[in-house]
Amino acid sequence: MKSFYGVDLPNPLMLGTAQYPSPAVLEQAFRDSGAGVATVSLRRESGAGQTFWQMIRDLGVLVLPNTAGCHTVKEAVTTAHMAREVFETKWIKLELIGHTDSLQPDVFQLVEAARILTEDGFEVFPYTTDDLIVGERLLEAGCEVLMPWGAPIGSGRGLNNEYALRAMRAEFPDVSLVIDAGIGLPSHAARAMELGYDAVLLNTAVARAGDPALMAKAMMRAVEAGQLAHQADPIEARDMAEPSTPVVGKAFLS
Amino acid sequence: MKIVLNGDPKEVKASTLAKLLEECGFSGRVATAVNEEFVPSSLRIAHALSEGDRVEILSPMQGG
Repeated sequence: MKSFYGVDLPNPLMLGTAQYPSPAVLEQAFRDSGAGVATVSLRRESGAGQTFWQMIRDLGVLVLPNTAGCHTVKEAVTTAHMAREVFETKWIKLELIGHTDSLQPDVFQLVEAARILTEDGFEVFPYTTDDLIVGERLLEAGCEVLMPWGAPIGSGRGLNNEYALRAMRAEFPDVSLVIDAGIGLPSHAARAMELGYDAVLLNTAVARAGDPALMAKAMMRAVEAGQLAHQADPIEARDMAEPSTPVVGKAFLS
Repeated sequence: MKIVLNGDPKEVKASTLAKLLEECGFSGRVATAVNEEFVPSSLRIAHALSEGDRVEILSPMQGG
């Protein structure tokens, strides 16, 4: 498994911390799945922040703060600085939202913000599209990780454009690639890993499931299965049958 | 002095950002910005507040 800015992850599952029915369920989802990275955010202090932060610390996971909801470079860069101080990490999941309905990243601002933050010493995890040229620009801006969307955030549609995601994997064989957003089912997560992605980041599919902890566990098994399958070099699909039992030596009985 | 704290107008006595945190009871791990500019914790003591300043005090929260 590739490293993420020099850090080796214990497994390929990054899990969001939002939308769970309760903090206890959130905690259980992490404990039952063993996810090694938790995404977090910064919001106006309302009293609940300190308890939440203590719980995340107690989980002993790596923390990936986001810039969720930011629409401008300035907003995202300022949020990143605030996150670095609060969470004491150089890691930042850079989100620059360009479209209200699809939450599609504004890739032009994304590249600009990535460059500014990298120069400021951040280790940027850009939430991007599956566009190869944007990927190149992000790498030129100093990113060592790319996080293309599978489908719009929270949509649960899986990998909308598998062709593009496969092309991205082929184009950037040495870059750590994460499918971020759009995963709905363990089969989607497994598929991402079968394509050779290095990790999957998801939140809604687990947090909004009837039993989040159980779904988190299912997701972990799925990413691990997909990862093993990729390493095992799967067979190519074919149109016609090919007998698996040897034909030679079959008795003449008809 | 009247400022805007986390989007709400507020009358405060504090003359600096550090004193404002104290006055409003923010004791935990927070990040601060004044007029849309990040103010690192080390600079809060020296950061004087002015009438009408927009202060944001953020804390860790759930996120995806």
